[in-house]
Amino acid sequence: MASNSIKIRAKIKEDEVTVKALMTHPMETGNRKDSKGATIPAHFIQEVTCASAGKDILTADWSGGISKNPYISFKYKGASAGDDLTLTWVDNLGNTESATVKVE
Amino acid sequence: MFVAEISSLCIRNASASFEPLRLTYAPLNDRIETIPLLRQEIEMKIDLNRRILLKGTFATSAIGIAIGAGLLTPVQVLAAWPKEAFTAKDIPGALSVLMGADSAEVSGDINIKAPDIAENGAVVPVTVSTSLAGVESIAIMAANNPVPLIANFNLKEGAEGFVSTRIKMGKSGDVLAVVKAGGKLYKAGKEVKVTIGGCGG
Repeated sequence: MASNSIKIRAKIKEDEVTVKALMTHPMETGNRKDSKGATIPAHFIQEVTCASAGKDILTADWSGGISKNPYISFKYKGASAGDDLTLTWVDNLGNTESATVKVE
Repeated sequence: MFVAEISSLCIRNASASFEPLRLTYAPLNDRIETIPLLRQEIEMKIDLNRRILLKGTFATSAIGIAIGAGLLTPVQVLAAWPKEAFTAKDIPGALSVLMGADSAEVSGDINIKAPDIAENGAVVPVTVSTSLAGVESIAIMAANNPVPLIANFNLKEGAEGFVSTRIKMGKSGDVLAVVKAGGKLYKAGKEVKVTIGGCGG
């Protein structure tokens, strides 16, 4: 998929960075059925990793219970403006996507 | 956006094997549905192709195209994802797999921000913040979902006790946040009424 399927912002205020990210993903639970009654196979993001300078800041394990086109926000300390922040996700089909943003 | 990708894929493979590709995706043109649904359909097909691939059959030309277009990547090993916790049907079951204990202490230091009434259960914004020290992880659960455990966030290097996301809720019930701090489990809950469920079925 296109690399613009992740939108991510990292804003620093004093010493705290607030990260907000939006990903494009269907997040199918595997419980839904289509109009013909056939089960729609599960397809959801399982793992999300946010790292800066090679160190993990936050890792998340998800189920299909996260809404379609997932949103995530978190805060961390110990960064300065200009640092890189990378968000990577892996879904249950093995697809992966990643985006890097500079803290501003 | 995705439609554009399909067309570029067609162009790339136009010279040699355009026909089989059109055959593969032809039903899509007939569907009057939104783009996310189209995308789902395509991804289902990709999944199917991968399964055929795993059986070692390279005969189907559609697979050849998919490989040529870089659509098929080797399935990565998802070792860390706690499958058992995400298939547990009740909260104690999920907790014992995930955190190693099946109960948590109720704490007033965990704040859950979620709507009192969610009009659309498919998108319920939830924010969990805590003033507890030494937070290791925050798990979000919906008590009445088919699979209660929705997400587990592991906070590492410098992360604050704050996480915000959007969850699906099948029906009204408690949203629980279980925080692991200093090796102990703490929890807090908030009731959310759902008018339209979001877990399908």
